Amino acid sequence: MSDTQWQIFEVFHQQVRGEPHVYVGSVHAPDPEAALILAKEQYGRRQASVSLWVVPEDAITATSYEDVDMFDHGTDKSYRESFGYETTKRIKSIVADRTESRGEA
Amino acid sequence: MVRVSPTRGGQPGLRGDKPGDPGYEENLAAFESRVSRGDKVEPGDWMPDAYRQQLIRLIHVHANSEICGALPEGGWIPNAPSLKRKLALIAKVQDEVGHAQLLYRAAETLGKSREEMIEELISGKAKYSNVFHYHAETWADVATISWLIDAGAIVNQTMMAEGSYGPYARALKRICYEEAFHLTHGYDMCITLATGTKLQHDMLQDAVNRWWKPIMMFHGPGDKVSRHTDLLMRWRVKMKTNDEQRQQFLKQYMPKIYQLGLTVPDEWEMRFDEVEGVWRYREPDWDEFLHVVRGNGPASALRLRTRKMAHEDGAWVRRALQSAAGQSAVGESVAGAG
Repeated sequence: MSDTQWQIFEVFHQQVRGEPHVYVGSVHAPDPEAALILAKEQYGRRQASVSLWVVPEDAITATSYEDVDMFDHGTDKSYRESFGYETTKRIKSIVADRTESRGEA
Repeated sequence: MVRVSPTRGGQPGLRGDKPGDPGYEENLAAFESRVSRGDKVEPGDWMPDAYRQQLIRLIHVHANSEICGALPEGGWIPNAPSLKRKLALIAKVQDEVGHAQLLYRAAETLGKSREEMIEELISGKAKYSNVFHYHAETWADVATISWLIDAGAIVNQTMMAEGSYGPYARALKRICYEEAFHLTHGYDMCITLATGTKLQHDMLQDAVNRWWKPIMMFHGPGDKVSRHTDLLMRWRVKMKTNDEQRQQFLKQYMPKIYQLGLTVPDEWEMRFDEVEGVWRYREPDWDEFLHVVRGNGPASALRLRTRKMAHEDGAWVRRALQSAAGQSAVGESVAGAG
C-alpha cells in the first residue's frame, strides 16, 4: 500500500481580508486542488477564514538557521530606525529655550 | 547557505548525532544550551539521534492515540441520544482524526514517513494510549471519555506544547484549542447524566468505576518505573514527569467528580494528603499497563480490525483522488524523507 504518501503542500491561511496569509502547517495531497480541500478541512474548519494558499513543499527555498551571519548587523544601523532619532528630546529643548528667552525679555 | 524545504528534516544518522561520532560532544553541548534557554528546535537543525528517535516514538504514539481515540466514540454516533449530541460527537471525532494528521506530519519532519507510521499502527507494531484498549460500553462511557480522558490529555498536551521541538509544539497548540471544546462538551454530558434520573446517575457512576483504572494509568508509569523521563526532561521533550501530570489531573478533577455526587472505587484508596498537598492512591499495576498497551486489552483486537477496515474501505477515495490528479508515481517528492 503506497497510496497514503502523497506530496506535501504547505498551507497559508488568511483570517480576514487585509491581514497577511500566515503559515499554519501542511497537508499531503495528490494535487493542489485536493490540497486546498484538505487544507480547508484541517485549517479552515473552526477559525474565521477568507483565503487559503497551498504551495508544494519543494517550491520553497529557505535560509538555514545555522546561517546566523546573514542576519547579523555588522555595524550600527540605528540610522534606519525611528528609535535612532531624538526628535522629542530636541524639540522639547528648543521649546524650553524659547520660553526662557521670552521670560527674560 | 540556502536550503530547500524548511519543513523537511535532516537525514538521520548522517551528521555525527550519536555518542562517539566525531563532534558529537561539541554539538550536544550547543544543543543542550540552546534547549535550556527555551529555544525551539526545527527540522533541519542538528539534534542528537536519541532526541530524534524519542520524539518520533512519542509523536507517533500520540498520533495513533488520536486515531484510536476516535473509534470508541465514533461507534456511538448512530446511538447518540439527541441531534445536538450527535452533531457535537461527529465534530469531536473529526477533530481527533484531524489531530492525527497534524501529528503524523510533525513526526514526519523527523524522518519517518507517514505511510510507515500508518502501516505500523495497522500491523499492531506501534503503540497507542492505554485508554483506547477498553470498550465504550454505554453512552455514559462516551461522556466519561470525553470529560475525564480529554482532561487528562489536556494536562499532558498543554505541557508538551511548551516543549523544545517546534513542529510538535505548534501542532499541540492547535490541538489544545480544539480539545477545550471536547472537554466542555464531555463535562456537559456528565452534568446531564449526574443530575438526571437515578438510572442516568447510576449509569455514569458505573462508567467512572470501570474507567478509573485506565484513567489512573493514562499518564504512564510512575516516576520510579518510567525509564525515559530524565533525558526527556533535560531535552525539554517533556516538561513534567508522569506522576506530576497525574497529580495535576487529580487536583483539578477529583473535586469536580465529587461535586457531581460521584465517587471513585474504594480499592484505589484515594485521599488528599493535606500536609503534603498531594493525592495519595494505590499505585497502579504497571505490568498490567504494559500488557494492555502491547495489544492485550479487552478492545485491542477490535480497534485494529476497525482501523484496518477503515483504511481498506477508504482506498477507493485515495485512488479516485490520485487518478483525478493524473499522477502515475505516488509520493515521488517525499521518497527521500523516509
